[in-house]
Amino acid sequence: MCLAIPVKVIETRGGTDALLDPPVAIVDAEGIRQEVRLDLVDRMPEPGDWLIVHAGFAINCLDPEEARKNLELMNEMAGQVGKAADIS
Amino acid sequence: MKYVDEFRNPRLVRAIACRLENAALNPVAIMEVCGTHTMSIFRHGLRELIPRQISLVSGPGCPVCVTPAGLIDACAEIAAVPGVIIASFGDMIRVPGAGTSLENARAAGADVRMVLSAVSALDIARQNPDRQVVFISVGFETTTPGTAAAVMQAHAENISNFSIVPCNRTMPAPLRLLMEEPGSAIQGLLCPGHVSVITGSSAFEFLPSEYGIACAIAGFEPADIMQGILSIVEQVENGNPHVENCYGRAVNPGGNPRARALAEEVFRPCDAWWRGLGLIKESGLALRRRYRSFDALQRFGIEPAPGNEPPGCLCGKILRGAATPVECPLFEKKCVPSSPVGPCMVSAEGTCAAWYRYGIGHNRIHQTDD
Repeated sequence: MCLAIPVKVIETRGGTDALLDPPVAIVDAEGIRQEVRLDLVDRMPEPGDWLIVHAGFAINCLDPEEARKNLELMNEMAGQVGKAADIS
Repeated sequence: MKYVDEFRNPRLVRAIACRLENAALNPVAIMEVCGTHTMSIFRHGLRELIPRQISLVSGPGCPVCVTPAGLIDACAEIAAVPGVIIASFGDMIRVPGAGTSLENARAAGADVRMVLSAVSALDIARQNPDRQVVFISVGFETTTPGTAAAVMQAHAENISNFSIVPCNRTMPAPLRLLMEEPGSAIQGLLCPGHVSVITGSSAFEFLPSEYGIACAIAGFEPADIMQGILSIVEQVENGNPHVENCYGRAVNPGGNPRARALAEEVFRPCDAWWRGLGLIKESGLALRRRYRSFDALQRFGIEPAPGNEPPGCLCGKILRGAATPVECPLFEKKCVPSSPVGPCMVSAEGTCAAWYRYGIGHNRIHQTDD
């Protein structure tokens, strides 16, 4: 039930009513298209954004800037100071 | 794949492992709480890279595994009611209770269907207005908000043939219990990444401040996990335990308040039984008065009995990190994934299933299917 990989937003739909027409995103999860609910995220994602998904619901939008920092810190920790792997 | 491959880069992982080798001067015992971490550690062969003085033990982080046997029997009892459709996460279907399982109920004719989300269970209820559809609601902080959204939707749409068996649990309370266990040797905790997305890092602050436990919130890729372990080892070596967020791309310090608000709208804390850990105060969730009519146990008038563990099964100790699967007399003998005795062998996130699949116990070379 835990999908540990991020998925990419293709398009978003719905959202006219929180309960009767909840917002959803069509996402690409390793090549498979799925619909995920967006009730739990604090903003409507754009196509191309990445989501963390759990049991059919997006639980957060992945933060590209933090991902870059994550990787930079790891590279630094690993003693490979210099150009971080390209992530942008 | 973006945001995955970079964190699987073998050169980066090896470099962090090298740094870890230098940092780990003394033995350190670390618990990884999340079943998805356990699986990832095995899948990527990280045990080979982790210095021998670091011991990793698995904790009670598989929601299926900690569901008490009596509650599983109660679910099977509901499944046997004529006309009922059970909708459940796949792992839960095979978990044995004290007397039976949902799989046995299905073999006896019950309509038990696998779903990936509470929302799919609600869809089944819409498509079958003349049948009662019961969702087996297991899960920690990460899963509960979505289930809450489904219950709120059922309430708003007046869907009267949908209900849930609330088996949800919350994470911090059992961790406190484990740390207070006499003789606990745990010095560090690899905090569950996706529970933290919801709770934020603050939910774990009590561990360093009250118990001196070093904590790192980590993602699920090899570099994430190695970085988390390195952080814990450095905290222990420096005598400076705190909560380090190594998963900033997904976890905000304050968590996801919107998700927590949804869960709080629908559920209230209650005392709850955990398999292997017993009764823990305020560690479960019950439906609030407004949504109580969606409680399947009430709807069907079923009271879960306290179920006993199967004889010889060590799942209880394994869930507390007090035993490893190879210490269990049933492991790999009577208890295998195709015919599991205890819950830890059933769930894909279960400790025994991971040890079996990756052949750690007996250094078996084991073919995996991924």
